[in-house]
Amino acid sequence: MKRLLLLIALMIAHPLFADSNLPPAYWSDRQLPDPKQEAQARGLMEQIRCLVCQGQSIADSDAEIAGDMRDLVRRRIAAGEAPSSIRAWLIQRYGTWITFKPTAEPAAWPLWALPLVLLLVAGYLVRRRIKR
Amino acid sequence: MSRAVRFAPLAVFLVIVIALIWRLATPTSTFVPSRLEGKPLPAFDLGPGVDTKPALSTRDFADGQPHILNIFASWCVPCVSEVKVLQELKARGAAIEGIAIRDTPEDVAAFLARNGDPYDRIGSDPQSALQIALGSSGVPESFIIDGRGVIRYQHIGPIERSDIGMIEHKLEQAR
Repeated sequence: MKRLLLLIALMIAHPLFADSNLPPAYWSDRQLPDPKQEAQARGLMEQIRCLVCQGQSIADSDAEIAGDMRDLVRRRIAAGEAPSSIRAWLIQRYGTWITFKPTAEPAAWPLWALPLVLLLVAGYLVRRRIKR
Repeated sequence: MSRAVRFAPLAVFLVIVIALIWRLATPTSTFVPSRLEGKPLPAFDLGPGVDTKPALSTRDFADGQPHILNIFASWCVPCVSEVKVLQELKARGAAIEGIAIRDTPEDVAAFLARNGDPYDRIGSDPQSALQIALGSSGVPESFIIDGRGVIRYQHIGPIERSDIGMIEHKLEQAR
């Protein structure tokens, strides 16, 4: 009986997530009336990384702060701000970590150069084979 | 083919394995630090977080004194124990301002009555807007703001009793 009660209690218990009691922000799960603006907002939200569920974009995440960020993105797009400027604003605060879009920072140069280097090496190897 | 070249792929493979083991053994930190350290506090003007205390705006940090800006919430579990430590810091002379994230005045009042109240002022941030503007990613977090309103230090997670010395040192540096 005790076990059964515990089981029932576990089934109805609300998981103790660190979530507030406030409802989600207005624009967090609501599309903008203008489809073009909504598409812009959607595009940006899919490239912004969630601070809590760090593998997800804010478009996918159910975390509250992701909802608040979606609200922020939609509000600013509706006010006429360009997605690139909102992204830059977020990068100023969280660093390039916040965006999934690869950056052109010097730290990433070896990564961009790698395919080129591999191609050159492969070309050199093939040439040696053909010559032989 | 020379001996060295023949073993090159094995060497590369070993380097990759060692790199993987090293990264798996010491995972990177999941903390996302704010890039605003050393930059001025973003301008804000929040409503009151609780009815019995003054609200919070950027102007409150322009008094020439260092402040601890504590981001907390009544629904945040680690905040409960942090409040005690903040009270101790306040007793030693620190000025502490609070920002209540996604909270209601009633819940904040109940939280302060139950756990203690170290705050001079509390601003309300119902949609995490200021939190995002500060580059903060969760509760609790604290920023040390110097007398000119510049962010000097960000502390991610609760301030523990063992951090008191370090925080006081940072406050001294921000004077």
